[in-house]
Amino acid sequence: MENDKIKKVSIICAKGGLDEVYPALILANGARMEGIEASIFFTFFGLNAIMKKMVKKLKVATVGNPSLNLAMPMMKFPITAPFPTWMGAIPGVSAMATGMMKKEMEDLDIPPVDEFLEMFTDAGGKIYACKLAMDMFKLTKDDLVNQVEDVLTVGQFYEKSAGASIIFT
Amino acid sequence: MATKDYGGNTVDVNDEGYLTEFKQWNEAIGEAIAKEEGIEQMTDRHWEIIKYLQKYFEDNGEMPSIRNMKKTGVADTKELYSLFPGGPLKKSSRIAGLKKPESCI
Repeated sequence: MENDKIKKVSIICAKGGLDEVYPALILANGARMEGIEASIFFTFFGLNAIMKKMVKKLKVATVGNPSLNLAMPMMKFPITAPFPTWMGAIPGVSAMATGMMKKEMEDLDIPPVDEFLEMFTDAGGKIYACKLAMDMFKLTKDDLVNQVEDVLTVGQFYEKSAGASIIFT
Repeated sequence: MATKDYGGNTVDVNDEGYLTEFKQWNEAIGEAIAKEEGIEQMTDRHWEIIKYLQKYFEDNGEMPSIRNMKKTGVADTKELYSLFPGGPLKKSSRIAGLKKPESCI
């Protein structure tokens, strides 16, 4: 039924690992492609994804990430094998995992995060930053990429989200 | 299989209104589908995109992504969204008589 269709989504991204930012971007951009109004609210460590200095440097965490078994087949191990935590702590391993994910993404025609933010806003999507988190990390709007539309309080975020489904990634 | 009549042209369509047989497509049908999608007037730019999609599909067996169209200089993201408001790829592929894109991106 027409009335049951989702018309608007507000996606919250509170974490800043490469693997934690992509789901928010893909969901949000995918919404625009379906004609759904979409915004992303970056808060807490998610702010990394919209910081000029960090947007190209997001990483995949290889320590304390029990889901990395999914990457084991790339190293010719079974998909159920746990990724050893000690291995994740070796210098360069996080960078390697990050590089692998970036390559996989590129192969799937998914852009790097900075290009993705531009694509999303060109598609009419809106990007917001959380004021409280900005204050906590002593950031100003100048620290953020140009695609950020506004810095919002939680109250303003809910105001902008009127009528939307709110998704926490 | 459902059929649909566009000004005397009967075409096979799936339940979302996408043509299932591209060889049944012609520009008049494309124009009629565009009207259904809320695009009153197909301009030269619309047709350039449609022709590109059809050529790309013929060569690759799938739809190009919005990113591909930007990178290859066919049209940038903003233009695609303004030409085909409310879902550029799914609307343009339907007008072009192609199948609905399966990619998430």
